[in-house]
Amino acid sequence: MTLMTKFLGAAAVVALSAGAALAEPALIFDLGGKFDKSFNEAAFAGAQRWSEETGGTFREIELQSEAQREQALRRFAEAGSNPIVMTGFAFGNVLEEVAPDYPDTKFAIIDMVVDQPNVRSVVFNEHEGSYLVGMMAAMASESGTVGFIGGMDIPLIRKFACGYAQGVKAVNADAVVIQNMTGTTPAAWNDPVKGTELTKAQIAQGADVVYAAAGGTGVGVLQTAADENILSIGVDSNQNYLHSGKVLTSMMKRVDNAVYNAMSSGADLETGFNVMGIANGGIGYAMDEHNAALVSADMQAAVDAAASQIANGSLSVHDYMADNNCPVE
Amino acid sequence: MEKMPHWADVLLIPLISLLLAALLSALVILAIGESPAAAFNLMVEGALMRSAGWGYTLYYATNFMFTGLAVSVAFHARIFNIGGEGQAMLGGLGVALACLYVPWPHWSLALIGASVGAALFGALWAYIPAILQAKRGSHIVITTIMFNFIAAAVLNYILVNILRPVGAMDPATAKFPDATHLPTFRDMFSTADTILFRGAPANVTFFVAVAACVVVWVLIWRTRLGYEIRSFGESETAAKYAGISPVKITVIAMLISGALAGLMSVNTTMGESERLILNSTEGAGFIGIAVALMGRSHPFGVFLAAILFGFLYQGGAELALWTSIPRELIVVIQALVILFTGALDNMVRMPLEKLFLALRKEGA
Repeated sequence: MTLMTKFLGAAAVVALSAGAALAEPALIFDLGGKFDKSFNEAAFAGAQRWSEETGGTFREIELQSEAQREQALRRFAEAGSNPIVMTGFAFGNVLEEVAPDYPDTKFAIIDMVVDQPNVRSVVFNEHEGSYLVGMMAAMASESGTVGFIGGMDIPLIRKFACGYAQGVKAVNADAVVIQNMTGTTPAAWNDPVKGTELTKAQIAQGADVVYAAAGGTGVGVLQTAADENILSIGVDSNQNYLHSGKVLTSMMKRVDNAVYNAMSSGADLETGFNVMGIANGGIGYAMDEHNAALVSADMQAAVDAAASQIANGSLSVHDYMADNNCPVE
Repeated sequence: MEKMPHWADVLLIPLISLLLAALLSALVILAIGESPAAAFNLMVEGALMRSAGWGYTLYYATNFMFTGLAVSVAFHARIFNIGGEGQAMLGGLGVALACLYVPWPHWSLALIGASVGAALFGALWAYIPAILQAKRGSHIVITTIMFNFIAAAVLNYILVNILRPVGAMDPATAKFPDATHLPTFRDMFSTADTILFRGAPANVTFFVAVAACVVVWVLIWRTRLGYEIRSFGESETAAKYAGISPVKITVIAMLISGALAGLMSVNTTMGESERLILNSTEGAGFIGIAVALMGRSHPFGVFLAAILFGFLYQGGAELALWTSIPRELIVVIQALVILFTGALDNMVRMPLEKLFLALRKEGA
């Protein structure tokens, strides 16, 4: 018992001194892993950018099991990491319970709202960005039929689909939007083969632009679209370079910025509800040399006009998650 | 005459296997430029030197005890039940239904109710392969593996389409009511001024697992049914001659096995997440095979092996937290232990047997 208390005491001292001395931030990746070419990887890129610019170091862990969610949060918090950033909605339940135990530690969760005084909840207005790329899809389409391929069928992805459909209909009210989801489990985030099949099915139904909001599955969608000589739209990161001249644009969700911002503010992280939208650069569409030839000046002008209208509030895009409903099909 | 003494069989072989696995793991860690000694220290420190570390080690060990016992019971009848994973998944469904739809007044009653649900669903899932084997001769290894996939698909369908609360993103049930909250080790062992097992998921189910070890021991070595299971396993023809029905023993052994595997989900679903999630089993059904092999299908051996694997899991988590050893390599280390203690048993056994024979000749 004395041995035990000694160890506990030593651990506590280490934890305390570590907290006072460095307070390095920590980043927890979800089960998908760090290098998923999408969401988690964007978070890692943001953390790396912070590390390169400031010379600081950060702790990180890729989870192996569900029980480790709480464990990683508590261990990092006890070791004095501050702030602790985590990616993905699956942390919501756990963080709700853990956050009150560590009032001096700041947490940042991406894609989920956790209502605790020491938590920053970062959510993105994906429907706004999807609206913009939907407009572009409708303008680039010659057949009047465009496609949407989602990853896992969750409200978040329906939010993408709904924004996209609204954008398409705003340009061409008669356009047809074909929507497919890859699956109902987390495996749907990483199934490029199924992405290929769905793309081929949508092409057979006349689609000539497809938008993939499906994580790793999107790699298959973009590949097939390029092979079959139709246009595709990437998601999360700028994916235009994957098939130069075949990817119309990418809906940019700057997870990297969210992580970078959280780490930069360090222990002074401002908590509360943090909405990343078009207005503050959290959401946008990608323009570079790979898609310059595909996007005409008219197209860009129309989209930029819509973007500034959304930013100043004169145009509002319906958010599927507000009422679990979409006004357009 | 036995080739070597009993103590060598149950102690020496696992120990040598473990040493070999540790040696290879050390080489692997060395190869990526980390210190094996520091890594080992970290694992011991994180898994065994803190009460919270023990809390995780015993939490994982609870899972492995149930699945290890499940494989052991079937193995005594020479049935290889690879379906622990699927049976545990279905067991989770039993737990969830019991917790969500029955208004329990107290956790102790809820624990009994959920255990019955878990055991029933697990046994039911084992019953179909068992009856196919017993009546139709469909090989149980194949059918139980297939049933793992079917279980995953069934659970997926039920969670996504039926049990998921409206608007939720996770394919998971709603949170279980507070009355079904099982006391954790923290609730049980902390005093006012020292908090032990902080945040650790180990809970009262651990004692259910220990009790299950005792019950299985009594069942296999002290009851008529256990005798029938063992004689059927030793020789089917002799058992038949003695009037033991192969169909009955196959089905009963698998029912017990499935029920034990199902009970595992009481720990993960009711004890830890307090809602049913999609991947609550996380491969524990397969680890159970290694645990049973290493524990020589004896409940006490299973108990020890389960704690060893719990240590490996929790130690692995510590490595992931504090070193730059990638997660894939931690799986390699865990796999090496399984490989040496389970699959490569004969590699250690045969030279040892020769050694003991040679020693005996000298002595004679």
